[in-house]
Amino acid sequence: METYSFLRELADSWMLLFLFLFFAGVVFWVFRPGSTRTYDNPAGIPFRHEDKPASDGDAASREA
Amino acid sequence: MMNYFKLIALGLITLFALIAANYARDLAYMVNALVVALAAAGMFLWVLRQTDEPVEQADLSGEYMDGVIRAGVIATALWGVVGFLAGTFIAFQLAFPALNFEWAQGLANFGRLRPLHTSAVIFAFGGNALICTSFYVVQRTSAARLWGGNLAWFVFWGYQLVIVLAASGYLLGATQSKEYAEPEWYVDLWLTIVWLAYLAVFLGTIVKRKEPHIYVANWFYLSFIITVAMLHVINNLSIPVSIFGSKSVQVFSGVQDAMVQWWYGHNAVGFFLTAGFLGMMYYFIPKQAERPVYSYKLSIIHFWSLIFLYIWAGPHHLHYTALPDWASTLGMVFSIVLWMPSWGGMINGLMTLQGAWDKLRTDPIIRMMVISLGFYGMSTFEGPMMSIRAVNSLSHYTDWTIGHVHSGALGWNGMITFGALYFLVPRLWNRERLYSLSMVSWHFWLATIGIILYAASMWVTGIMEGLMWREVDANGFLVNSFADTVAAKLPMYVVRGLGGVLYITGAIIMCYNLYMTVRRSPAVAATNSVVPAE
Repeated sequence: METYSFLRELADSWMLLFLFLFFAGVVFWVFRPGSTRTYDNPAGIPFRHEDKPASDGDAASREA
Repeated sequence: MMNYFKLIALGLITLFALIAANYARDLAYMVNALVVALAAAGMFLWVLRQTDEPVEQADLSGEYMDGVIRAGVIATALWGVVGFLAGTFIAFQLAFPALNFEWAQGLANFGRLRPLHTSAVIFAFGGNALICTSFYVVQRTSAARLWGGNLAWFVFWGYQLVIVLAASGYLLGATQSKEYAEPEWYVDLWLTIVWLAYLAVFLGTIVKRKEPHIYVANWFYLSFIITVAMLHVINNLSIPVSIFGSKSVQVFSGVQDAMVQWWYGHNAVGFFLTAGFLGMMYYFIPKQAERPVYSYKLSIIHFWSLIFLYIWAGPHHLHYTALPDWASTLGMVFSIVLWMPSWGGMINGLMTLQGAWDKLRTDPIIRMMVISLGFYGMSTFEGPMMSIRAVNSLSHYTDWTIGHVHSGALGWNGMITFGALYFLVPRLWNRERLYSLSMVSWHFWLATIGIILYAASMWVTGIMEGLMWREVDANGFLVNSFADTVAAKLPMYVVRGLGGVLYITGAIIMCYNLYMTVRRSPAVAATNSVVPAE
């Protein structure tokens, strides 16, 4: 099969399915149980470490 | 030891650039080669003066690298004024053709200045804003110093060199005639090197981050950097006619070339002017509002849907052309679906102010950020509408398109950048506050009224000329000649130019305000822990 036909067939079959499932998967993943609490921590990232980088032993950001 | 290698390399670059200038086949190439020789020779002297000098070994890992961000803030403000000035001038050239002075033909006529304006505002103003804010944000949200040491400075100066080469090339006629990708082959190659260095610095910082989670702003910035690298390389596949000349020939031809160009062109909007600036939005709006983003879940969905959809929207630039119908329908459908992530992101930004709406009354900076989101919502509503084939048959080739672009660029990109600059300058120069908040208010209103004059006049003139072009009499003959539409547009062109004057006045007030902030505002103790500010 020539390259164009192969890519064309791949694009509107398996690749389309893969991309759709990946996207749908992301949406389901975001709404998984317990995610609200999980995302509280990353949402606060801009409010830490404004002045200087975390030092190596900085536990606050490590364990969270 | 490293300095000796640098000196050898810089000396060779200077030599080869001078040889290239000698053999140059056209003026633009010669001037660009001389600029490269001058830059390399200047670097040579600078490195030479530092060679064999005692080096201070300070451990800098305990503080952020802010010097390069300060330079980026200055470059952003200055290039912004240059770009707005060029735009305002060419707006008046359209209204009053006499401004295409006879003595400046082939140098400063509309055709030469127009790419200078678009590149100056998008790549010089917007690009510098993206580079410096991304360096600021990635350090703060990764809790790590920039990776790669002076590589960040290479990115900064290398990018300025791209701008100078591109701009001087445009004025002298070096262009590959691809909109928003006009620079010729050697500038493209240099930009590729600089961009990969940028990617390395950004990604390196993320890799050594101390925060376990990669904050959403960095996702947007990273997608912007990677996608622009891909778009830039593919759209600029060309073969130079001579290594001593600026002319090159595109590898693609015909409709394939057009499709690649607008795949690039629309994603330059989607990833340069949208994803990158959304990275700014997701950091600076929460910071200025002093509360976390409204919904972190929504921001993740926003990211993935924007990434999945934008890349397909390009064909809507090629309705009613040789492009197959299925392709332009695909572009149209994806453009319309883009409504959802765009508005989802806008709502996420606006709702971040939930419980803090009173700040709008007291804080002109947050007002600026909020109106930028308003313009983002407006232009991402208008864009999909204009991509519908039936609407496009009226709007395409008219000034409506130009109005749409400017409500996005001046409103969304400009305003969020101004907000970020007002946020950054006091922090980067350790000042207690801005020099004057009432000047920020003046800037806000001048810019807002300027955009409204611009967009409204372009709607009127765009729809008017679209209707005039398609008007036929009872016998099926066209009623208006092209020159009739040009004559009818004069009042709107003058209003548009005045809008530009207001906008640039605001930007100059901002530059003065930021300068006085650095000079006069009361200082606060440096927050860096190890050494005084670089």
